[in-house]
Amino acid sequence: MWQILRQVARHGILTEPPPRIEEVDRARIDRIHAGLLEILGQALAIRAVDAGSCNGCELEIQALGNPYYNIEGLGIRFVASPRHADMLLVTGPVSRHMEEALKRTYDATPDPKLVVAVGDCGCDGGIFGESYASCGRVANVIPVDVVVPGCPPPPMDILRGILSAVRQRAQARAGR
Amino acid sequence: MATPVSDPKLRPLSTLALDLLRLPAALPIWQGRVDAARWLAAAHAVAESSGRLISVWGVDRSAAGGGMVACAAYGVLEGLVWLELLVGQTAAYPDLSGVFACAGRMQRATADLSGLRADGQSDTRAWLSHGLWAAGAPLQSGTLPVGSLPGTLPADYPFVRVEGDGVHEIAVGPVHAGIIEPGHFRFSVVGEKVLRLEKHLGYTHKGIERRFTELAPLDAYRLAGRVSGDSTVAFAWAYCMALESAWQCDIPQRAVWLRALMLERERVANHLGDLGALGNDAALGFGLAQFSRLREDWQRLSGEALGHRFMMDCVVPGGVAIDPTPDLLLRLTQQCDAIEGEVRTLRTVYDEHAGLQDRFLTTGRVSPELAAQLGLTGLAGRASAQAFDLRCDQVWPPYDQLEVKMATQRDGDVAARVAVRFDETLESLRLLRRLCAGAPAGAIRVDMMAPGVPSVGIGWVEGWRGEVQVALEISAANHIVRCHCHDPSWQNWPALEHAVMGNIVPDFPLINKSFNLSYSGHDL
Repeated sequence: MWQILRQVARHGILTEPPPRIEEVDRARIDRIHAGLLEILGQALAIRAVDAGSCNGCELEIQALGNPYYNIEGLGIRFVASPRHADMLLVTGPVSRHMEEALKRTYDATPDPKLVVAVGDCGCDGGIFGESYASCGRVANVIPVDVVVPGCPPPPMDILRGILSAVRQRAQARAGR
Repeated sequence: MATPVSDPKLRPLSTLALDLLRLPAALPIWQGRVDAARWLAAAHAVAESSGRLISVWGVDRSAAGGGMVACAAYGVLEGLVWLELLVGQTAAYPDLSGVFACAGRMQRATADLSGLRADGQSDTRAWLSHGLWAAGAPLQSGTLPVGSLPGTLPADYPFVRVEGDGVHEIAVGPVHAGIIEPGHFRFSVVGEKVLRLEKHLGYTHKGIERRFTELAPLDAYRLAGRVSGDSTVAFAWAYCMALESAWQCDIPQRAVWLRALMLERERVANHLGDLGALGNDAALGFGLAQFSRLREDWQRLSGEALGHRFMMDCVVPGGVAIDPTPDLLLRLTQQCDAIEGEVRTLRTVYDEHAGLQDRFLTTGRVSPELAAQLGLTGLAGRASAQAFDLRCDQVWPPYDQLEVKMATQRDGDVAARVAVRFDETLESLRLLRRLCAGAPAGAIRVDMMAPGVPSVGIGWVEGWRGEVQVALEISAANHIVRCHCHDPSWQNWPALEHAVMGNIVPDFPLINKSFNLSYSGHDL
């Protein structure tokens, strides 16, 4: 037990600036965190759906949970059911075999819902394109609010995409 | 193209008087054509000499005036043997699943994709196809495969039913409760105890092998690098190795060393991630926080030194895309030192944590006997005493100068797979220091020229999960006729179904994570 405590103490609080993270990055993280809190004022529940990706995007979405990005510390949670979700984070070109599952997941998500398509494949089909087995971009199957290009996009870009989807919705609501 | 050899060392197959050609490649790879009788005899000979089946696939050469062939790749003591069998009008070849259990699903996939049937196979259910491709087998030449009409629902999959007092089914997926890939798991349970687990995969099938035939050979390495994102270096290297073998191109020594550097960095990144996730799945969130921090440090420096956090598109035909400066190589070395200290500390924490060990020990066990029978391979295989590691068995450059120490365990449980990951991480850190210090000076890339004649090659690389294989055929007109990619998950998914039997349902995520198999690499 003392080793765990020592290890924890040695590395300090999760949100402290870790070694080798540039100040620019730090400032960007803080700004995005502040923006999220301001817009949300509450928790955001995200359902991640891999609709056929190569698993590269999943690795970067998982990385959002590490101490550097600390997405859970902000009240953003990945939930186990679309029925608990405010947002779907969808990766991959949508495979023909996941088309129906993705539609059903979308239908099961309560309104008002947001969809963020993550990665080049989710944006435009990527290198896989459209074929007998691939429906291409996510927007070909369900409505998409924001796309995050990159192969895979780094965690900070994904966080920015999540934020801009929430902001778009907030602005639309304010303008109504 | 290839030079004939009569290698006296190739014992198991020499007795069959096979006409084998050694392909010009960094690893010992032979190719030969057999008839139906020798197809089966060769399989038995390989099995009797403790060899293993790596992959089964089909090729349609009718566009170039050839026919349909069934292919099998075997790993034997002396290297890799690639056999092909010309199939006639019946489009059938003798079933291998009676000799190698792992052939079953690969043969079912070959039926779905290439339209070749294994004659005598008892399980003829579709595997990768869910009944949503409108026109026949997508890899047959002359077909223009299209998806089915909108609104068509996937076909029902006939799972094996377990019946008895109190038996009920739990259906999970394809969308999973986590940030993971899609697949369907069907548990048959009594109370909490799992009697049987059957998987239905193919959900991430996105037509990769058909897509290869639409890309130029010099561009398709990018697609290979996206077969399974967590193994991008392994697949890109295997693809490039196949292409360089087919076109008989020697690449600079520095490029070879940098490829190994990237492959070992990929191994460490994945092992760090898994070690954290395994701690978390056994309720030690501390483990995830610590290891995910290390993994992030690791990937940031990969991005800085090699140009991409996962090193995607860094291995290219003819060499590598980027040459880290001496200063960056020094930082990579220093990072190995720093991470090693942390990993050793965390290993002590894991080893001495009674609650963690209670969850790890005896959970999800695959005995060495069962592992041999199922063809369990790679990291999971080594945790069940299947002592194969290409980096030790077939030492290709630069591994011939590194003396890789293989990590093995006998217990075959979650604890053993954790121990193999710790050992391999530490060994890779040692290798990385040598790779950084010893990389010879010189060019990092050469230009490659298409030879203008039909050519074939195989790439074979020990990725972090296990052996990855890419078989490539290119036409005289410089088109990809066939590119078959094999991920070790093919062997290990069925073994996971055995590992979970008799365990409780709540231990499944832990057992599953301890294998950490690829869906995309399997479904293609």
